[in-house]
Amino acid sequence: MIEVLRIAGAALWAHKFRALLTTLGIAIGIFTVGVVMAIIEGLNASFAEQISSMGSDVLYVDKRGWFQGRDAWVLSRQRRNIGLDAGEYILQRAQYVSHVSPRIYQGGRLKYKENSLERVAVLGAAADMAVIAGVELVDGRFLSKLDSQRKKAVVVIGAAIDENLFGGEDPLGKRLSINGRKFLVIGILEKQGQMMGRNLDNMIYIPAETLLKMFGRRWRNITIAVKASSPDLINEARDEVEGIMRRYRQIRPGQPNDFAINQQSALQELYDNATRMLWMVAIGIGSIALIVGGVGVMNIMLVTVTERTVEIGIRKSLGARRRTILWQFLVESMAVSALGVVVGFVMASGVAVFVQRYTTLAARVPPTWIALGIGVVVVVGLIFGLWPATKAARLDPIEALRYE
Amino acid sequence: MATPGQNGLINFQGITKVYDMGKEQVHALRGVDLTIQANEYISIMGPSGSGKSTLMNIIGCLDTPTRGRYEFEGELVSDVTDEQTFKMDDDQLAGIRNRKIGFVFQTFNLLARTTALRNVELPLVYAGVSRRDRLVRAQAALEMVGLEDRSTHRPSELSGGQRQRVAIARALVTHPSIILADEPTGNLDSTTGREIMSLFDDLQEQGNTIILVTHEPHVAEHAHRIIHILDGQIDRDEQVVKGKADFQ
Repeated sequence: MIEVLRIAGAALWAHKFRALLTTLGIAIGIFTVGVVMAIIEGLNASFAEQISSMGSDVLYVDKRGWFQGRDAWVLSRQRRNIGLDAGEYILQRAQYVSHVSPRIYQGGRLKYKENSLERVAVLGAAADMAVIAGVELVDGRFLSKLDSQRKKAVVVIGAAIDENLFGGEDPLGKRLSINGRKFLVIGILEKQGQMMGRNLDNMIYIPAETLLKMFGRRWRNITIAVKASSPDLINEARDEVEGIMRRYRQIRPGQPNDFAINQQSALQELYDNATRMLWMVAIGIGSIALIVGGVGVMNIMLVTVTERTVEIGIRKSLGARRRTILWQFLVESMAVSALGVVVGFVMASGVAVFVQRYTTLAARVPPTWIALGIGVVVVVGLIFGLWPATKAARLDPIEALRYE
Repeated sequence: MATPGQNGLINFQGITKVYDMGKEQVHALRGVDLTIQANEYISIMGPSGSGKSTLMNIIGCLDTPTRGRYEFEGELVSDVTDEQTFKMDDDQLAGIRNRKIGFVFQTFNLLARTTALRNVELPLVYAGVSRRDRLVRAQAALEMVGLEDRSTHRPSELSGGQRQRVAIARALVTHPSIILADEPTGNLDSTTGREIMSLFDDLQEQGNTIILVTHEPHVAEHAHRIIHILDGQIDRDEQVVKGKADFQ
């Protein structure tokens, strides 16, 4: 076996440039698949990180579903809004639910002295949001029940607000203005980073009641965030919340829900679909390139077999069996494919490193590459090397020796 | 295996070879009977088209007869009659070539990009000999032909005579039952040719069985027995008494 590898290596070395050209098709195929794999792997890593911060045990009760068709979306817009009291209604009745908080989103303009920030995410929430969103405070405290009851003008700010608006000053106890209304800073959040391209630190929490009172000129729709008492009980919690919400909305048996219960897994599903598409495109392009490359390998192997007819004759006259000759050429065609795999991976790694360094996209070099590479070598080398190798193995030694 | 006919190393009985060339049938061999004993020194002579190459190919197990019985050291290689057909398959023939026959060709037939030592080692690779043993035996074979200091040279770095010596070393390395040389001096000048022939003489004296195929009388005369082939049949089978006989 070692001998066979040595022979194959020597044969390739003798035609370095030709082998490299031959292998270009395979290299391009591997390159395509490799780059897509690297990007998906990178996306997976950051997505998993981000999605876990959403909490797999949190349900979002909303009048709209997250991922639905356009028609359904238009229809669901006409539904009755969900009010703040729904949260309390759920918490009192549910058995599998530990925390409930409203969640209202609003864009806002912040000012402190001469500094101002545009388009900051202002989230209306309640005390339980700290647990639901899993936020940590570096200083001060989170919203309290009393803040909500009294509709206090207090604010918990994200790390980016601390940095950009206060610029070194201690924000605690300071007053900033949100869309022209003064709020007292009571807490500062730990830095959280990015999620789905949004800066999680460029946001503030205020009591939902305060938000509605100050900015809710119209009767606004809100989302209720519900945390299951344990991640294992998410399905029980979901069924239970659905039942409670039906009662709350007074839906008669047999009537469809006029609300949706969203959860992280829906996001996961959307993401999976998107990456599956990406995968299929990559595999499509990759396999076409691999087939083209494989035909190239076959072509060059046929040329090689013809060129080395006399050599085959010599080997056979010295006692090489058919199987020995067959393997010699199969190993050689696998070696050509392997060269393509190496070249393709080197190129793809280069792109991955480049993407990693110069863009915000993460790209990882996944270990699955090795498995894929080996698979491709074996399959392409075997399939496309089989015919030339069989041809070589079947050569008649007398005619092969006489070949000019 | 069937019992050996006449206890010879090689036994041919009614060996016939017919080539099917489309419409025509070419009779290359027409019923050859031949027995070769161990340690014989034989020349096969004949004009081109006489069938001597076919005879050599069949002896060398590179080809099989259309008809007739061939035994090699008591092993049945082929036996084709009206009633039955027995022929070794390709891999069995390859095994016989590997273990029992050492080929020496007119054009040397060395692997070009491979060192002398590696060329000599090659039959042992196919015999499944371990790497360490291969190198020892290949080096010993090169010593026998006087090329121990050329083992790392490639064929292109060697003279014609040296190349043929490498080829002879390669033929010897498996300790074969016969050495089958096809026009071994055909591509060499006369001086080098004489050197190669005296190497064959030495090898025969050391106990090897040698079969030369040639059309040159002065080469054939080195042998102790000359078989003349004409029109696919043995025309004459003569013992050479002069010359070499003096040494015995």
